[in-house]
Amino acid sequence: MAAKQSHRVGDHPLVKWTLIIVTLLLTSILLVVPLVGIFHQAFALGAAHYWASIADSYTLHAILLTLFVAALTVPLNLVFGIMLAWAVTRFQFPGRKLLMTLMDIPFAVSPVVAGLLYLLLYGRNGWIGSWLDEHSIQLMFAWPGIVMVTVFVTCPFVARELIPLMQQHGREEEEAAVILGASGWQVFRRVTFPNIKWALLYGVILTNARAVGEFGAVSVVSGSIRGETNTLPLHVQLLYQDESVAAFASASLLAGIALLTLIIKALVEWRQSRQDKLANAEPLVVADKVGS
Amino acid sequence: MSIRIENVAKRFGAFQALAPLSLDIGEGEMVGLLGPSGSGKTTLLRIIAGLEGADTGRIWFGSRDVSELHVRDRRVGFVFQHYALFKHMTVADNVAFGLEVLPRHERPSSAQIKQRVGDLLDMVQLNHLAQRFPAQLSGGQKQRVALARALATQPEVLLMDEPFGALDAKVRKELRQWLRQLHEELKFTSVFVTHDQDEALELSDQVVVMSHGRIEQVDEPAKLYASPQSRFVFDFLGHVNVFEGQSYRGRLNQGQAWIQLPEQHLDSGELYMRPHEMRVTANPTTIAHLPLKVMAVNPVGAEVRLELVPLGWETSSPWELGLSHHEYQRWSLKRGDQVYVEPSKAHFFSQHTAAPSEISWPCTSTAGVVEV
Repeated sequence: MAAKQSHRVGDHPLVKWTLIIVTLLLTSILLVVPLVGIFHQAFALGAAHYWASIADSYTLHAILLTLFVAALTVPLNLVFGIMLAWAVTRFQFPGRKLLMTLMDIPFAVSPVVAGLLYLLLYGRNGWIGSWLDEHSIQLMFAWPGIVMVTVFVTCPFVARELIPLMQQHGREEEEAAVILGASGWQVFRRVTFPNIKWALLYGVILTNARAVGEFGAVSVVSGSIRGETNTLPLHVQLLYQDESVAAFASASLLAGIALLTLIIKALVEWRQSRQDKLANAEPLVVADKVGS
Repeated sequence: MSIRIENVAKRFGAFQALAPLSLDIGEGEMVGLLGPSGSGKTTLLRIIAGLEGADTGRIWFGSRDVSELHVRDRRVGFVFQHYALFKHMTVADNVAFGLEVLPRHERPSSAQIKQRVGDLLDMVQLNHLAQRFPAQLSGGQKQRVALARALATQPEVLLMDEPFGALDAKVRKELRQWLRQLHEELKFTSVFVTHDQDEALELSDQVVVMSHGRIEQVDEPAKLYASPQSRFVFDFLGHVNVFEGQSYRGRLNQGQAWIQLPEQHLDSGELYMRPHEMRVTANPTTIAHLPLKVMAVNPVGAEVRLELVPLGWETSSPWELGLSHHEYQRWSLKRGDQVYVEPSKAHFFSQHTAAPSEISWPCTSTAGVVEV
């Protein structure tokens, strides 16, 4: 059988269509069907019941607490991420490589383990916790603990986005700005920030999505007290034990946030690629000549 | 403003980037730092700018000691090798940057800034591209924007790192002439780094040749070429033909070759000879017996360039010689022909002294007229 030369290796139509169909099928079974299922279940008893489930005071509290935690986590990790990325890309110091590896611990370790570690340290009987307890400061089983573990779990996102960009960008533009007389703040605001702003936004979106959805670590340190330390993901689980429709209504909120995140992420990526295209554009041919 | 560098040294870990060195640069001079990569020239430039701190030594601008002064307050113009234009700003915003970051009480009004940016862009002939982004410009245009930006704050010192390194030969030549004109007009003191000898010799009032973190020689371009003070400078600037030999009976001998030495030079050592200080002869002369074989003939350019390899003696690299086209036609030399060569002038580096001594030979009448 004479093979046609028009296909590259591995490009046979059979291979192509098998891969495409299997991928689509798996995507719908694994991703789309459950998502549709959540909304279907949430509205199973009608829209009125859906709104009633959400308007429940415990649910509203969980929503507010979740937003509150995210509102604290995101700025904290934004500042921390910029500092970390700046430190490892602009300076040489002993332990720099180690720091870049350590940075990924929150990705590598299970969130439950992270929660347990915080409990061990800051819990009433923990090393730091017992000292705090003497000064009647309670971190665990209260909102500060939830914020702490959420910060821990989401801390690599911003730095991860910034480091490759800042490494590739180098420091010449910043040096040029300083030579031209710019102060440290002016350099950041006028030169560094415009170059990293889209990556920064991307990092923020990911941080926010993860902060809102974090379950494992939060469930260990929160104690799941309804109306007090129950975040939305924990609330979904609690509700599911008594009434599934209300659970799905809350879950649909989380799914909605996820969808919104995806849309914003797609927009940001589109903006970024447009910016890259502009930056790598072919020079316009403009007739001009040096000298007289 | 004059620049004075006193005993400046710099070390990166175990690497001695700059040995303690001193240099005086006169007001309004244009000085080229020339050397191979790793010779410390860029480090020296960055230390003058304040981007890098020296381990020891002092830097003076005029009568002002700027050694401890932050780069921001040194007020020098600096042009980076890859321009370092702000990618997200238009050409006009790039040029305006140095004026806009001035403290409020020094900053010109926005109308004045606009006026000044317009003037600068006129000067670099890019006013029609004011609203473009750097990515939309060619290399030569970017270079001129970088210059306009560096000159916006009217610095008295302009420092340039490989200013034309990334440009093609033609644009490079145009920009060189243009920069020279600009320098005549504005009279700033200028220091630039280059590894291109043509660039250094053509642009500079003084050339500083560097190698291994040391200054080898500081001289006017013509002097530098005519009387290099070290083997390194000889090798680095233009081509040089080297003859190494043992002194014996008034001659420098090696294998079958010899060169007659004047009486005061009776030491063994090396003769360094420029291609234009030698000529081709059909037979050995009373001055020299240097049999060579023609390896290559390159007729492109003002001269025909011959590449010659020794016969019965040795050199570390082939010799090069120039022949006028007229002469070349008369000789009708081909690859593989045997010729002799006779020096008229040479620099002699003896084994015992570092500085060379100059030797010249009287013209012999027999050379150059005998047919091959």
